[in-house]
Amino acid sequence: MNIAVVSEGMSRASLTTIAMFFAFVAVTLVITYWAARKTSGASGFFAANRSITAWQNGLAVAGDYMSAASFLGIAGMIAFYGFDGFMYSVGFLMAYLTVLFLVAEPLRNAGKYTMADLLAYRMRPRPVRAMASFSTLTVSTFYMIAQMVGAGTLVALLLKGTGISYPMAVTGIGILMVVYVVFGGMLATTWVQIIKAVLLLVGTFLLSFLVLKHFAFDLGQFFESVSKVSYTDKTGAAVTADFLEPGRKFMPPWGHIDLISLSLALVLGTAGLPHVLVRFYTVPDAKTARHSVVWAMLIIGVFYILTTFLGFGAATIVGQDNILVDGKPNENMSAPLLAQALGGDIFFAFIAAIAFATILAVVAGLTISASTSFAHDVWTNVIKHKSPSDPKNEVRVARITALVVGAISILAAILLGDKINVAFLVGLAFAVAASGNLPVILFSIFWKRFNTVGAVTGMAVGLISSIALICISPSIMGTTPKHFIQMDPLFPLTNPGLISIPLGFLGAYLGTILSKPEEDAEEKFMELHVRAETGLGAEKATPH
Amino acid sequence: MNDGQKVEWKQIAESAEFKALCLHKRKVIIPATIFFMLYFLALPVLVAFCPDLMKHKVGYVNIAYLFALSQFFVAWLLAFLYVYESRKFDKQSQHIIEKFHSSLGAK
Repeated sequence: MNIAVVSEGMSRASLTTIAMFFAFVAVTLVITYWAARKTSGASGFFAANRSITAWQNGLAVAGDYMSAASFLGIAGMIAFYGFDGFMYSVGFLMAYLTVLFLVAEPLRNAGKYTMADLLAYRMRPRPVRAMASFSTLTVSTFYMIAQMVGAGTLVALLLKGTGISYPMAVTGIGILMVVYVVFGGMLATTWVQIIKAVLLLVGTFLLSFLVLKHFAFDLGQFFESVSKVSYTDKTGAAVTADFLEPGRKFMPPWGHIDLISLSLALVLGTAGLPHVLVRFYTVPDAKTARHSVVWAMLIIGVFYILTTFLGFGAATIVGQDNILVDGKPNENMSAPLLAQALGGDIFFAFIAAIAFATILAVVAGLTISASTSFAHDVWTNVIKHKSPSDPKNEVRVARITALVVGAISILAAILLGDKINVAFLVGLAFAVAASGNLPVILFSIFWKRFNTVGAVTGMAVGLISSIALICISPSIMGTTPKHFIQMDPLFPLTNPGLISIPLGFLGAYLGTILSKPEEDAEEKFMELHVRAETGLGAEKATPH
Repeated sequence: MNDGQKVEWKQIAESAEFKALCLHKRKVIIPATIFFMLYFLALPVLVAFCPDLMKHKVGYVNIAYLFALSQFFVAWLLAFLYVYESRKFDKQSQHIIEKFHSSLGAK
């Protein structure tokens, strides 16, 4: 490949990318303006008046969930490690069965705006809400910084030679997400996510179609070439390997256990991710929430099946030896470079623009869930719990929080820059969600004896153990220059789920049985139980 | 509908209809959850401990890929079955709400 031609092509592509991205931004700003005019009151701002339909929410859940880490990251992992990368795809979909069977409907029936509504229902609200909100803000911040750093790095890669730098890109994305949330609330965020999900699906379908076309629409020929992928290994030797075989990323002595740990965190973590959970408050009732999960599963499933073509396509057609940035291998560029190889510069630009749209939709979802949690849980129910509820003020506090969250994320992303490992932050978010949030959500719904001490202990143990284990894992400790702590890791797994999830359940259980039973909590369990199962007295959709 | 009026939660919780609904839900959700957890976790466990079996070629692909791909269809199938079955939950819930709403409303 002629390098000069490539870089000239890239900068022409960069301008097209920018044009397409601005078209997306223009459309979403019009939507924000429309949403701002339609949104009034707390239910409007926090829950889009509970007026979102099943298919709309399904698309929005998909748009909220499929981050740049999925689109670029998984395609890249499959391109570089074959089958092991596909394991993420499977886990990301199967996780929605946990959401469907155990969480979505009770949450919609018994809550109002946040995950903590369900937890605080029958407990002493202040400690539970404070802890739940702390957990929400932790998960959202980690996840957000990961997305922002990812966005900034992408810009550096995709828009080379346009004069747009990493801090400019991070600031731009940060300002846009704050604008969507502050002015358009949940309604604007929802539509940004819907449009992004559609764009991402279109892009993925087109790319998969071109991969199949490359192999003359012969699946046999496609898999034949996947089983004989050639690349140059670290020692410089030419290798040919079967990329459908497991074990190329997760290798003994600990890799295969790490894979089990990761799978557990994925399948249980999604149902504890605050930004996914709040989406179920935007629909009119539990039935719609249930149907929206199924819509989301169809969309997410199709997308993740297609990562087969994206990842293996990049491995076979482009080849990992050619997926380079500044001469170094870069997994994240697999999908964009595949697009360039198959569809030329314009298609490369289209895929790059989709990657930006993807990040924007995810960070907007994170911003609104973090600000809702602070305003509704901390401000209204912990700090101002004695004064009568004031929905107008709650919305104002949420808007201010969105500004603060935006500013902190921009600063953190700029200061930490590429020193931070994106996959590690995303893994941390899933681990905290699975270990800290899910056990207490499940116990609240299904266990009568569960009490305040148990809920707070469970969340604290889950949160602290996952963070502590990650700090002593190979993600942080190691002997190469990229590690924060120059020491051999004390804990062998990069993913703490296998240990921290049982610890979260254990903490919630022990905290409960070692403390006095709470009569109020048990009495109110009856009420919560009836509400959660039947939808009696659930928050209604508001006419607008 | 019930907002602002006191609902006799205990009365509902102890009613035969509500108990039937909970039993019905449990009969569907518990086996479905256990099944999908086992089916899903079998994949990383088999990959970890029976790598040779998973590398076994079937046609153009291997058992690992086929098993991974089957997870998607199992997930969709379970989701559709659940939605189908849950229409009965909705009817039961509706019945409970109507019954107790009218009896409580009449007080």
